[in-house]
Amino acid sequence: MSRIAARFKALAAQGRGALIPYLEAYDPDRETSLELFRAMPAAGADLIEVGMPFSDPSADGPVIQAAALRGLKAGATLVGVLDMVAEFRKGDDETPVILMGYVNPVESYGYERFCKDAAAAGVDGLILVDLPPEEGAVIAAPAQAAGLDIIRLVAPTTPDARLEYVLGHASGFVYYVSIVGITGTRSASAHDLAGAIPRIRAATDLPIAIGFGVRTPEQAAQAASIADGAVVASALLATLAQTLDEQGRATSQTLPRVLEQIRGLAQAVRAAGQQPE
Amino acid sequence: MANPIEHGGAAAQSNSFRQQPDEHGHFGGRYGGRFVAETLMPLILELNEAYEAAKADPAFHKELVYYQTDYIGRPSPLWFARRMTEAFGGAKIYLKREELNHTGSHKLNNVMGQILLARRMGRTRIVAETGAGQHGVATATVCALFGMKCVIYMGATDVERQKPNVFRMRLLGAEVVPVTAGAGTLKDAMNEAMRDWVANVADTYMLIGTVAGPHPYPAMVRDFQSVIGEETKAQMQAAEGRLPDVVVAAIGGGSNAMGIFYPFLDDVSVRLIGVEAAGHGLDSGKTAASIERGRPGVLHGNRTYLLQNADGQIDEAHSISAGLDYPGVGPEHSWLNDIGRAEYVGATDTEALEAFQLCTKLEGIIPALESAHAIAYAAKIAPTLSKDTLLVVNLSGRGDKDIFTVAEHLGVSL
Repeated sequence: MSRIAARFKALAAQGRGALIPYLEAYDPDRETSLELFRAMPAAGADLIEVGMPFSDPSADGPVIQAAALRGLKAGATLVGVLDMVAEFRKGDDETPVILMGYVNPVESYGYERFCKDAAAAGVDGLILVDLPPEEGAVIAAPAQAAGLDIIRLVAPTTPDARLEYVLGHASGFVYYVSIVGITGTRSASAHDLAGAIPRIRAATDLPIAIGFGVRTPEQAAQAASIADGAVVASALLATLAQTLDEQGRATSQTLPRVLEQIRGLAQAVRAAGQQPE
Repeated sequence: MANPIEHGGAAAQSNSFRQQPDEHGHFGGRYGGRFVAETLMPLILELNEAYEAAKADPAFHKELVYYQTDYIGRPSPLWFARRMTEAFGGAKIYLKREELNHTGSHKLNNVMGQILLARRMGRTRIVAETGAGQHGVATATVCALFGMKCVIYMGATDVERQKPNVFRMRLLGAEVVPVTAGAGTLKDAMNEAMRDWVANVADTYMLIGTVAGPHPYPAMVRDFQSVIGEETKAQMQAAEGRLPDVVVAAIGGGSNAMGIFYPFLDDVSVRLIGVEAAGHGLDSGKTAASIERGRPGVLHGNRTYLLQNADGQIDEAHSISAGLDYPGVGPEHSWLNDIGRAEYVGATDTEALEAFQLCTKLEGIIPALESAHAIAYAAKIAPTLSKDTLLVVNLSGRGDKDIFTVAEHLGVSL
């Protein structure tokens, strides 16, 4: 069983959903982001999403855009991101790691070589925001050969007929984009989520994580109990950005404050437990 | 007047160059496509259906021809440039006068088609990106004409260097949003327009200004712009009794070039030359020549030639012309380059400035800096061609908007 499947299964047995925090690789520098990465599981991360910085993140809001730019300025490359995952794996063989980013750097690296190298580094799944299933043939076979899950996004705009098509190309878990918009801008209401998740459940057996607009411990707890997991990205990156000095460098506050926020999110998610279906 | 869009899939021969893209929006099986986030996918598919339906509807054509004739002012003349021909001392130079269209460029051809489509689809709010501001002005114009809400994203750098167009757009009732991300040029404006669209899908239509973006935009914009080539063909037939030998057009995203090339694709005797903005020079590192100095990759919804670094991060483009300052190019051009049906070359900032002045003095026509790149290359090759060679330059826009930029480069303070 893959790390992703094993983790969701174990959490389901505990009766709760997953907290999936996000970090942007090399933000604000390689060492700080690696240290944060390594400290995340102890702070309560059940799975971790690592952002691969891209120059033109057209589905992201200002917070992730700024994080990606900081990462690139600090020298992030895909080789460097994979190396970070390999370093992380030396101390953690259980926490699933998902890389999230845009397709061009991966195409530039080469799909087959990337999937091989990512799996070797210890990556479990990939989310390529701008690679819909219609264009996904380039990565489907190499990912499967390497044992990587291709995690598909589903949006409120995805009609039922299309849901089936998209989920036919999904593995690992389903990432529900809970709002119509870019990352870190709006939040979905509990009412919207309660309506949306059963529609997806009906179309797949995969676990469902909710992302885009999950910011507070309350929202995370709610999302993780309505679905199977909550992704928190912009809220954490915003905290990280606040701790940087005027030159954009990490300070003594950077790690403690981000980790404290993750602990708060984890506590809420664990306390909420999973509502019976 | 030639029907501007009915030829989309009507080419008779099976070996036609005019049967691209395929149903997935791929040109030559490789370029183009639909690389967008899932939130936008259903909209792209809906747009494709709506466009196919409009294309098959005679009422849509009739409406489009009405606005093309009575509002845009088509057909635009094909002008024999006598003094330019004498000065170059070779090929006979004709100028396709797209700068005479309402709003001063070829942009309105596409914008009119898409706004009629947006209306058919029941959309009430239009978002668009703009570089030089020509597409923004054209979009703001039709939004004024139809009383629709209009938001134009424009790089902050471009807002600064294209002030007259910014003022025009605001006069026309558009909201112009300066984009400070990145270098503040066209690529950043495109990102921001896509972000707006994804957040406002219910009422908003994204009106892309060039032959790029996710399918069906590249094919749709080409179809709306093909009126340029259809007219050129008929006008040259009337003037010279035959097809032109060479067609030259400037390329940023490549919509004016695709518009004049497309009707000639199957006339293989016609040389098609796309002139990219070489900026400070093709090998200067400050260029916008995506085909000549880029490699295939994925950006803004399509796979095409891109200026990018070894890690697949997109480079900033450079050109004196804001309209060509883009690190990508329409996917059909990438395909035409690979199969050798069109040639792609470069003209530098300096060459464009010289051509700008030359055209103004010899023909009494102030060309847009974008179009000046095409004139610059025509000036280069015309002397090497025989006097019976017929060479058409697509004069895609007028240069009034550029006089401040040109004055600055010539050391004149206005």
